[in-house]
Amino acid sequence: MSDAVFTVAFYVFSAVTVLAALGVVLKKNLVHSALLLILAFVGVAGIYVLLQADFIAAVQILVYAGAVAILVAFGVMLTKRGDIRESNLANRQKWPALFVVAGVFAVIYALLGQTNWGPLAAAGPEDSVGILATLMLTDFVVPFETAAILLTVAMLGAIVIAKEVKNSK
Amino acid sequence: MENINLFVLLANWLRQWLEGVGASPDVIEVVMDVFGTVGALVFILLNALILVLLERKAAAFFQQRYGPNRWGPKGVFQTIFDSLKLLSKEDIIPKAVDKWVFKIAAYLIFIPAILVFAVIPFGEGMIISDLNIGIFYFVAVASTATLAFLMAGWGSNNKYSLIGGMRSVAQMVSYEIPLVFSLVGVVMLTGSMKMSAIVAAQTKVWFILPQFLAFLVYFIAGHAELNRGPFDMPEGEQEIVAGPYTEYSGMRWALFFLAEYANLVAVCSIATTMFLGGWNPIPGLGFLPIPTYVWFVLKVYFMIMLFMWTRWTFPRVRIDHLMHFGWKVLIPVSLVNILVTGIGIKIYQWMGW
Repeated sequence: MSDAVFTVAFYVFSAVTVLAALGVVLKKNLVHSALLLILAFVGVAGIYVLLQADFIAAVQILVYAGAVAILVAFGVMLTKRGDIRESNLANRQKWPALFVVAGVFAVIYALLGQTNWGPLAAAGPEDSVGILATLMLTDFVVPFETAAILLTVAMLGAIVIAKEVKNSK
Repeated sequence: MENINLFVLLANWLRQWLEGVGASPDVIEVVMDVFGTVGALVFILLNALILVLLERKAAAFFQQRYGPNRWGPKGVFQTIFDSLKLLSKEDIIPKAVDKWVFKIAAYLIFIPAILVFAVIPFGEGMIISDLNIGIFYFVAVASTATLAFLMAGWGSNNKYSLIGGMRSVAQMVSYEIPLVFSLVGVVMLTGSMKMSAIVAAQTKVWFILPQFLAFLVYFIAGHAELNRGPFDMPEGEQEIVAGPYTEYSGMRWALFFLAEYANLVAVCSIATTMFLGGWNPIPGLGFLPIPTYVWFVLKVYFMIMLFMWTRWTFPRVRIDHLMHFGWKVLIPVSLVNILVTGIGIKIYQWMGW
């Protein structure tokens, strides 16, 4: 892929991601916000593809974009407003929001300064999946398994809450 | 054996012609991709046309009646006239629908259905993009099909549509897990997620033999992923009118069914690639002068007939039974299959075969 194609594709995906993310925040309808979130995720997946991280891109689609369906379901079920068209309104927490966002951007900025943006010495691996699999089950096996256990615990907790455990008399 | 088939020849010829004209490599890649995509689209639409008729004929056969038999010999032109009728119908959009969501859903349902054909090996050297993550790409793209059903159900602003959409989410999310787990066994045996590698690994033994359990799980979960009977809960005519399709009419309605048949072809193609040896000829029949893509299509149609057989011979399952079966039977079974496959591979390596 030549540089021109890469550049055009990058700007298209970036624009889609940023505009969709803005839509998520600004739309007043909760369902529309959630659906635009999918578009933002797909845009990010496109950027992963451009970076030759094919596996991460597929995970992005499978885990994030696919899971929005459940997000919509929960969003609809947990919304108390009578009219769905006004279910995602802005609230008055302007200053705390500004504070949090400034903090996030400060962290990003600090990390940007530390990253080495020069070109990589070696070309990216052809078979990223194999390398990821080996790393996950050797060097990073403890975090990997911990995440799995954490998710299982969270799921069990959700089931217990949903079943409303009754006091044994 | 002659290795080059008609379609590969055509592609090579086109590539050489473009190089002769002096097109830059970028342009050549784009043009080749466009032609591959158009080829896949033609394949999908042609199959959808055949499958609608085949389904009606198969249904008629199972129910001991004639089926469509008015237009053309044995009614073969029925689908064409039906399409004309659907095209000329008024596109009704009810007043209360969520317009954007309602409209986009009908198109969106078609996107994953087309995208999955990028990694399907139709024949030797006939794959649009032989991705390194081949089968994982299929899983990722197919998982987004749920969204279109949910959007259609939600956008219709109709109780029955919404129930249908929610059922579709519950069902497809649950059955995606055993579907993926059943494919893991094959990936373990091959050691690769690349479609060409999976097909190449099945020249001697098809994976349906060592992975029969996985094939069964895939077959059952495939019905749920396709929303086809006995698992067509989202549609459920007797309970919720037509689920997410209720408010759609004309060509928008037809798009949903086009996508359903495109998905049927895709799921059967994946089953063929993963378990039935892909485009490899039946062992022992390799000497016949049959092109690889004909073998592939024959196997895909065998799978499609299996899907139709189950659809028209099993009654619809109740939604809670469906969820119980998915979570308490299929997922444990597919996990056991992964465990047994892993142990089996280790034993083989230990014995040094």
